[in-house]
Amino acid sequence: MSPRAFRRLETAMPWLVIVGTLLVWELAVDLFGIRQFILPAPTAVYAALVQYHEPILASAFFTLINTLLGFGIGIVVGLLIGIFIGSSRLAYAGLYPVLIGINSIPKAAIVPILVLWMGIGQPPAITTAFLLSFFPIAVNVATGLATTEPELEDVLRSLGATRLDILAKVGIPRSLPYFFASLKVSITLAFVGAVISETLASNDGIGYLMLQAASQFRTPLMFAGVTVIAAMGIATYLVCVFIERRFTGWATRKQTMAAMGGG
Amino acid sequence: MPNGALSIVDKAAAPAAAAPFVDIENVSLRYGESADTLAITDLRMTVGKGEFAAVVGPSGCGKSSLMKLVTGLLPPTTGDLRVAGARVTGPLKIVGMAFQNSTLLPWRDILSNTMLPLEIVQPHRNRLRRNRKEYEELACNLLATVGLRGFEKKHPWMLSGGMQQRTSLCRSLIHSPELLMLDEPFGALDAFTREELWAVLQDLWMQRRFTCILVTHDLREAAYLADVIYVMSARPGRIVATHRVDLPRPRTVESTFDPKFVDIVHKIRSEIAQARSDDRQRTAAAGAA
Ligand SMILES: Nc1ncnc2c1ncn2[C@@H]1O[C@H](COP(=O)(O)OP(=O)(O)OP(=O)(O)O)[C@@H](O)[C@H]1O
Ligand SMILES: [Mg+2]
Repeated sequence: MSPRAFRRLETAMPWLVIVGTLLVWELAVDLFGIRQFILPAPTAVYAALVQYHEPILASAFFTLINTLLGFGIGIVVGLLIGIFIGSSRLAYAGLYPVLIGINSIPKAAIVPILVLWMGIGQPPAITTAFLLSFFPIAVNVATGLATTEPELEDVLRSLGATRLDILAKVGIPRSLPYFFASLKVSITLAFVGAVISETLASNDGIGYLMLQAASQFRTPLMFAGVTVIAAMGIATYLVCVFIERRFTGWATRKQTMAAMGGG
Repeated sequence: MPNGALSIVDKAAAPAAAAPFVDIENVSLRYGESADTLAITDLRMTVGKGEFAAVVGPSGCGKSSLMKLVTGLLPPTTGDLRVAGARVTGPLKIVGMAFQNSTLLPWRDILSNTMLPLEIVQPHRNRLRRNRKEYEELACNLLATVGLRGFEKKHPWMLSGGMQQRTSLCRSLIHSPELLMLDEPFGALDAFTREELWAVLQDLWMQRRFTCILVTHDLREAAYLADVIYVMSARPGRIVATHRVDLPRPRTVESTFDPKFVDIVHKIRSEIAQARSDDRQRTAAAGAA
């Protein structure tokens, strides 16, 4: 195979796998006569998508809004905490164990508490999305800040730079690639958070829609819901990848050049 | 005063030419608490204004620590340090520094890497925005003198190690510091590039006559560049010998074959060898005791 054809095949691979899986799935359902409320065929899922597109779209929009709001708060809080613990050893010592503790609590266990405080619906969904998404951002930004070369810090300090100067000129630019990398992880987690909360405590959203569908054994509709969540997750992930490429080219360009040089 | 505790820029307050610019009196430095963490002891050293000093010594003798003491990044455990007549109590604020690794910022091009100190040091910091063109010209000219014309818009990783080091040198000089501290700036370079950069640095120094302290492992480098060479003992470091290098300037690679030059290098080499063997005997004796 020529290298060119190989590369074309490489980009086509994900699509081939998806199409292949759907085909096998469809055939298997037909062949073994699996009943629809156990495992609907892809065509049945598609039919459900088309038939219920209005409630699905409305729910999806609700979920997307909750996710993005939670993610937005997660970015702000994650950045602040990351900068704080990344630039002060005392703050690191004090806060890092607490953060690890918070992060290791299964968030589904928190939703009832949130409901107690804020009622059901949007507030707990946003909060859960936030709680899941801020952690990777905080940890990554802190790591980026902590990897500043001590010699560079010496150079700047002997010029009379304040800690704020060093943060602005070196620390934050240096941690940007870490920050953007963490966005990819966080946006996916934000979706997880929003959907968990909607499933447990909401009258709206994809999570609620799926719970309803499940109680009525409308399995194709449930699969339609999963498909929509997956599509939104992938789309927002790709947006984050795009932003990452756009803003932190300097962190990856070196490798790309090297790879190009190697043919 | 915007420049902080030091009046290095204030010519009227500058000490008489005879007074040392950097004056180190009986300084010792200890990392941590216990006795065996003593890094520097009883160190005395003076560097005159506009003088080029080199510090050589065995590895781990406290040369880098000495740089941190002089620039005020570390406080001495005992003793007194003065720079430009004022006691050093905190980071000096307008010193130029360069290290073995060039520590350039990968997200900035060569020009803005060079201009980094201007964003921090007063009065440039306040003037930079309005006089950007003027400052850029200043930086371009400096880059041109070290042979980097045409590379202003390139990023550090597109440049060779030697070119990165030239950039680092420009960055340390862009704000015209009166004191330049170099810690093995050419340590990671090949022999030819290193000799080339000796000439570059010497030219810059002859034009600007800043006071310079250079830490190096390379005795030929010290003898080529310096007016005076301080030899340090093994840890805990102190000055065991001082050599004046009375060779005419500008020195060239030819000068390194001058018998006087060869003589100094030989002498220092044997002094360092002596310092290291003293150290070994002392550790052996301590181990036996
Ligand atoms: N932050 C630190 N904490 C504890 N000990 C240190 C620290 N920095 C340096 N030392 C010790 O102080 C001594 C002097 O270190 P320094 O880096 O000044 O040596 P150096 O002369 O620059 O060595 P080299 O030539 O290898 O660069 C060393 O023995 C080192 O172990
Ligand atoms: Mg050193």
